[in-house]
Amino acid sequence: MANETLRAGTAPRQLATPPVTGPPRARSRWRSPVLRRLLRHKLFVSGSLLFLVVALAALLADVITVVDPLKLSIRDRFEPPGAAWPFGTDNFGRSQWSRVIYGARLSLLIGLGVVSLNAVFGTLLGALAGYFRRLDNPLMRIADAFMAFPVILLAIGITAALGPGSVNAVIALAAVYTPRTARIVRASVLVVREMEYVEAARAMGAGHFRILRYHILPNCMAPLIVQLTFIFAYAVLSEAVLSFLGLGAQPPTPTWGNIIAEGRQYIREAPWITVIPGLALAITVLGLNLLGDGLRDVLDPRLKVQQ
Amino acid sequence: MGPYILRRLVSSIPVLFLVTLISFSLMQLVPGDPAILVAGLNATPEEVERVREQLGLNQPFHVQLLSWYANLLRGDLGTSFLLGRDVLEVTIERLPVSISIALYALVLTLLVGILSGVLAALRQNSWVDQAVMTFALIGVSVPNFWLGLMLIVLFAVHLGWLPSGGYVDFRDDLFGWLQATTLPAISLAMLQMGLLARITRSTMLEVLRQDYIRTARAKGLPEHRVVGLHALKNAMIPVVTVIGIIFSLLLSGSVVIETIFSIPGLGSLLGSAILRRDYPVIQGGLLLVATTLLLLNLLVDVLYAYFDPRVRYRDGQ
Repeated sequence: MANETLRAGTAPRQLATPPVTGPPRARSRWRSPVLRRLLRHKLFVSGSLLFLVVALAALLADVITVVDPLKLSIRDRFEPPGAAWPFGTDNFGRSQWSRVIYGARLSLLIGLGVVSLNAVFGTLLGALAGYFRRLDNPLMRIADAFMAFPVILLAIGITAALGPGSVNAVIALAAVYTPRTARIVRASVLVVREMEYVEAARAMGAGHFRILRYHILPNCMAPLIVQLTFIFAYAVLSEAVLSFLGLGAQPPTPTWGNIIAEGRQYIREAPWITVIPGLALAITVLGLNLLGDGLRDVLDPRLKVQQ
Repeated sequence: MGPYILRRLVSSIPVLFLVTLISFSLMQLVPGDPAILVAGLNATPEEVERVREQLGLNQPFHVQLLSWYANLLRGDLGTSFLLGRDVLEVTIERLPVSISIALYALVLTLLVGILSGVLAALRQNSWVDQAVMTFALIGVSVPNFWLGLMLIVLFAVHLGWLPSGGYVDFRDDLFGWLQATTLPAISLAMLQMGLLARITRSTMLEVLRQDYIRTARAKGLPEHRVVGLHALKNAMIPVVTVIGIIFSLLLSGSVVIETIFSIPGLGSLLGSAILRRDYPVIQGGLLLVATTLLLLNLLVDVLYAYFDPRVRYRDGQ
């Protein structure tokens, strides 16, 4: 759930991701070999496939489900998985297949929301802290304070205060993960800032914005992309925890977390209600973790232990 | 050593200040009128007014902030809406339960994580390595609250080996405590085991390639001494740095896990406070956990500097 602190936290300094450096122009020539190496990376490919299955299910939710996920059918309560009900039914006779698929849609949407907010604010704050020495200390102390709270506890605190709901869950998770992303961006900016081509740009009279936008940030992308992939995984997991605790989207809207919470009381008689959404969650997170590992191995080769 | 500790202490003061500020601000995030939320929807206007006065919500922001700090310095975190008791008292009384489970999970994490990581590194690319890495990957992907439920179904419902919930104090009955906390500890530890196994494996592989390992082998030391004495000791450095973080993750995971296993710890207190909107408890609980973890990280850093003098000099610049 909250394992990103191990990657982006304060203590394990040797895990900080060094940026891929090199001349900024080389990007277009690099692109295709990177793709080829990614496609040769078995774990990356299997992660992509797992994630693709979930993403497709979420996208095509209207097409691949027949029964409305909210439709109650009292006569069909607690039907085990079978031909009529692929994933069985719950205590209200609702189709678990429909609910799990629509849950995927919400989970991925929330993950995407958190990742987008993270990308914007993490990059902005990280770039400011890394580039302007004056801002570094205050911004990083604030980040430290946020990171002093365990991820899930702070997210719980924020959603509990703002009130339950998926939008608030996105806000809370973005607030919790942004300092961590900012730290990673800052670490890259600190290194790239000292490169000769940055000095050259400065000597030619480029302004701060131009230097950051065109010379520094493009060369800090690799660790950021890797980080965001993992953030996606953690956001999906944490959202499930929040909605399990009743802080995410409210029933009857199905989320994997609240399906598991509702199914909990029937776990003896109807275990499928809890087992299936949990498996869906695990598959999604596993896929994203594999994707992240693959991206890290290929984009950020210095982190890889030589095989 | 003295100056280093002092420096670390001083530098954690602003962070501690910000942590308290964040905890305070949480209450300000509550939309609408918290007094109505607390008093209940069918409370009379007089009751709402009384609650507002009681909570100091009728005061301007800066007065609220100042009185929050004044109370904090006196160790007063407010009164639980629900229990009508002092928040600090309620949280501190439940802290040992959560810490004992987190420690149990930490021991499991360290044992399994380090052992399997070392094994995987020593037998790189063998089936052992692959099995450990697959297990680690599954460990970091399975949500802990779901794992807890599955363990209950398997070990409590079907096999009947362990209780499905409840708690026995370790001071009363150590065996009962072990029985009650084994499933929660495993659910908490799974993710961290996976992470630790991966970290241990990769640092171990790196260490095994170092010159001093070659030297140790070349001078004819038996392999178990090379691994146990030279390699393991050096591979443990990054592991020591993450112990603080692992512990904090284990402690924070307790909110869900304690709720599932109905364990009367800080986690389940927070869990029920969330459901009933008992803001002082949420606020106080968060603050207590964050402060505990800050102190713990301080301790880890100091220990780390003690074992690795390079840290002391580097941070001193």
